[in-house]
Amino acid sequence: MDYRSPRSVKETVDLLAAHDGAAHVLAGGTDLLVKLRAGFVAPQLVVDVKAIPQLRGIETDAGGFRIGAATSCAELGEHRALAAAWPGVVEALQLIGSTQIQGRATLGGNLCNASPAADSVPALIAAGALCQVVGPNGEREVPVEKIVTGPGRTSLSRGEFVVAFRLPKPRPRSGNAYLRFIPRTEMDIAVVGAGVALALDEAGVCTHARVSLGAVAPTPLLLAEAAQALIGSRVDDKAVAALASAASAACKPIDDKRGTVAYRVKVAGVLARRAARIALERARGR
Amino acid sequence: MAKHHVITTINGDPVEFLCAPEQTLLDVLRDVLYLTGSKEGCASGDCGACSVMLDGRLVCACLVLGVEAQGRSVETIEGMAQGDELHPLQRKFLEHAALQCGVCTPGFLVAAKALLERNSDPTETEVRYWLAGNLCRCTGYDKIVRAVLDAAAEMRGN
Repeated sequence: MDYRSPRSVKETVDLLAAHDGAAHVLAGGTDLLVKLRAGFVAPQLVVDVKAIPQLRGIETDAGGFRIGAATSCAELGEHRALAAAWPGVVEALQLIGSTQIQGRATLGGNLCNASPAADSVPALIAAGALCQVVGPNGEREVPVEKIVTGPGRTSLSRGEFVVAFRLPKPRPRSGNAYLRFIPRTEMDIAVVGAGVALALDEAGVCTHARVSLGAVAPTPLLLAEAAQALIGSRVDDKAVAALASAASAACKPIDDKRGTVAYRVKVAGVLARRAARIALERARGR
Repeated sequence: MAKHHVITTINGDPVEFLCAPEQTLLDVLRDVLYLTGSKEGCASGDCGACSVMLDGRLVCACLVLGVEAQGRSVETIEGMAQGDELHPLQRKFLEHAALQCGVCTPGFLVAAKALLERNSDPTETEVRYWLAGNLCRCTGYDKIVRAVLDAAAEMRGN
């Protein structure tokens, strides 16, 4: 294995192309170094993308936020405007591992590692985040929910990598939240994760909603029916009960040491309902 | 594969070393530079025994490649005491008997110092959450938490 730290997107594209699938992108390394040590991956080349300016930092403009894909979760958690606009995204990334892990872990890595239980991914999907993907055939913009195709698998073509995320400017009277269930209070992997973003009109009727679940299917899910349960309602008890039913119905989980199928299906509805109520409170406060 | 020549700063001192691309920063600290204060517990980022500061961020040295230290600043447990004078956290760990076997202790101290640099007056809950990535199999954590809170109080001048 060799290591390179390119300074530009172009140089990275060329390096990945020259190694034709035998190179692995390194961002925070919190998943990759564990896999390297365990022998799960054996790349000829590791390409560290943290020295590329476009992959670092947070920029705000009229359209919202541009987050470099290799920005650490610790940096993101300290960004007040981001936390004010997208608290669901920030509370999700602050659940990833420990303080030490958040010092290194990145949104690009959390997405491309393609774990069904990744905490930041349902929150990003609920927020309507887009990825800027660059590869040998140029650049494309992809909704986050189109990236993960199965455990450990993504829709990225050979030589493509994620450069940045775009989070829109929040709508007026909107709110968002992410909740994770684990059997302890810290340092665990989601049994279920639920992200909800919604917006209200001036009369308090929900005009926009996105609902996403993690750890209940081979990929994080974007739930159109659960969102429809909220849209047109005042996010009252009846609407959130319908949301919970739709969320549970959409689950296709596995039994594992963290939870059974029946348990995950039930908890998915409960978490989606609670996340919707938090998002509603935040929307009313904005 | 050829080794990489890395120029970095460790505990304020310029340091150069050679390392293989797959060597972790923890491997380099312990086996190349003989800074054996940082411990290897799990080697997977779960236990925090290898906690160091990298450009002012608390990280697990087992999850950083040695080559990534190029041009950066690393702080380890070896830089915590000033000569013979222990850092208040180190003194309070001794006073409160906040260690038994001692393997986790360097990681706890580095992590606790990082907390107090950001938050000079943390609550017990904040201490416990901040240190959730540091595992201790001896003490039951209570004495560690008390030592950190006591050190924080002393450092604030109370």
